[in-house]
Amino acid sequence: MIGGDEFDISRRAVLLGGGALAGAGPVRAATRKETDMQDSPTMMEVSFSVNGEARRLRLDTRTSLLDALREHLQLTGSKKGCDHGQCGACTVLVQGRRINSCLSLAVMHEGDEITTIEGLGQPGELHPMQAAFLHHDGFQCGYCTPGQICSAVAVLAELQAGIPSHVSPSLTEAPTLSEAELRERMSGNICRCGAYSNIMEAMREIAGEPA
Amino acid sequence: MKAFTYSRASSPAEAAAEAAATPNAKFIAGGTNLLDLMKLQIETPAHLIDVNGLGLDSIEPTPEGGLRIGALVRNTDLAADARVRRDYALLSRALLAGASGQLRNKATTAGNLLQRTRCVYFYDPRQPCNKRAPGSGCAAMGGVARQLGLVGVSESCIATHPSDMAVAMMALDAVVETIGADGISRRIALQDFYRLPGETPQIEHDLRPGELIQAVILPPPLGGAQIYRKVRDRASYAFALVTVAAVIQPDGSGRLAAGGIAPRPWRVEAADAALPQGGAEVSAALLDGARPRPDNAFKQPLLARTITAALAQAREMQGKEMMS
Repeated sequence: MIGGDEFDISRRAVLLGGGALAGAGPVRAATRKETDMQDSPTMMEVSFSVNGEARRLRLDTRTSLLDALREHLQLTGSKKGCDHGQCGACTVLVQGRRINSCLSLAVMHEGDEITTIEGLGQPGELHPMQAAFLHHDGFQCGYCTPGQICSAVAVLAELQAGIPSHVSPSLTEAPTLSEAELRERMSGNICRCGAYSNIMEAMREIAGEPA
Repeated sequence: MKAFTYSRASSPAEAAAEAAATPNAKFIAGGTNLLDLMKLQIETPAHLIDVNGLGLDSIEPTPEGGLRIGALVRNTDLAADARVRRDYALLSRALLAGASGQLRNKATTAGNLLQRTRCVYFYDPRQPCNKRAPGSGCAAMGGVARQLGLVGVSESCIATHPSDMAVAMMALDAVVETIGADGISRRIALQDFYRLPGETPQIEHDLRPGELIQAVILPPPLGGAQIYRKVRDRASYAFALVTVAAVIQPDGSGRLAAGGIAPRPWRVEAADAALPQGGAEVSAALLDGARPRPDNAFKQPLLARTITAALAQAREMQGKEMMS
C-alpha cells in the first residue's frame, strides 16, 4: 500500500498546480490520481535494447511498451493515437517485426530488440523510406507518419519473406509487389489527413516499382 | 487499468498450477485483446502469468498426418506456414482476413480462440451487459444489433464470436489440447469447446480454472476446394458481418462453418449434408431456429448468398484443376 503521507503530498502538488491554472481540468486530474494511488502499483525491472542501445527501466507493470518509450525513454517519435491498437500510430519493430506498442506491456519485452522511428534514421541520415515519404509528400500533419514508416518498412520485409496477404491471388506462389498488396498490408495504419496515395507512391519507390 | 502483479511461467504445468492457485489470475500471450479490455477495466486481473516463454510456438506433423499447432504460434506465422498454405488453405485465408498486420504478428493461436466478443455494449462499461456484468441486462436487445448474432443466441446475450481463424478451424474439425492445474492433458473437440450463452453468457468455453491451451490439432488434410469468404463493411481490418469457411469435394459434398452469426463458429450437421443442394438450403439449415432482430435480419439472405458464392468459387477452382 502507498502511505498516507505520499498520497497527501501528491494531491497537494496537484491542487497547487490547479490553483495556478484554475478551471475544472486539474480537479479531474486529482480525481484520477486518487484512483491510481488506491491501486498500489507493482514495480518491476525490465531490460531491452532500443535502437541498438541497452536500456534498463523500473516500471509499473501496467506500462505499455509505447509509454515506456515515450514517457521513460523520451523517444517521442512513436505516437499515441487511439491506445487500442486500431490506428497504428504506435507501430514499432520488435525483433524486426511490426507490432502495436500500445497493446504490449513493457515488462513482456525482456531481452527484446526494439526499433523505433528514431532508430530507422535521423535528420542527415534518413532511412530510404523516410526520404521517400518526404519526396512524395506522404503526410500532412505528420502524426501518423512514424507508425506509417515503421509499418511500410516491415511490409516490404514481409513481402520479401513471401508472407501472403488477404488479397494474394495464390497462397502457393510468392506475393507480388502490387498496389493492392501494399494497400491491404497497410490497413492497420490510419491517416486522418488522407495521405494514402502519396504513402503508396513512397512505398512503391522503395520497393523498386515505378511510382 | 487496475494494478496487477506479473510473473513469467517456466513450464505449461507450472503455469496452469499457478493460475489455479492465484486469485483472479489470467494468462497473457500476445495481449492484443486482453490489454485492450484491461485498459477499459472490462478485464481486471490481479495477476498476469506471461506464457510467452513456454516454447509452445512450433507447428509439428502428427502421427496421423495432421498438424499440431503450438498455442503460441503467431497468426502471421500460422498463415504463412507452407504446410498450412498448401493443405489447409481456408485456415491461411481466414487468418489473413482478420485484424491488421501488426496485430497478426502478436496474436497467438490460443489467444485468438479465447478472444472476447466485439459487441459494442460489452465494450461500453456504462451499458448493461450480462456477459460483462452478469445479471445487469442486455443493452443490445433494444440497441443496434447490426453486428450481432441471430442463431444460438439467448434472451441474455446476442453477442457473436469475433474470430475468423476459429471458423476455419471449426470446418476442419480442429481439437484443442490443454493442460490442467493437475498437470494432466486433455483434448476437446472445437465443436464442444465453446458454450452457448443461455442464461450464463459470461461462461464462454469449456476450460477449467487454470487450464491452459497448449496446442490446436488439425486432422489430416481434406483436399478439395478450400474457401474462406468474409463479408464486412470495409475491405480490410474490420470484423465480419458474415463469414463462410468451406471445404468442397469434387462431388459437391463437403463441410462448412459460418461466422458472424452466432456466439461461436457455427457448424450444423444438416447444413453439411445440404451442401450438394446449394446455398439457400445450407443457409436454411444453419439458421434453423434463428431469432433475428430487425437490424440484423439482413444476415439471413446475406449468408445464403455468401454460401452460394463460396460454392460457385469451389466449382470454378475445381474446373481449373481439371483443365490443368
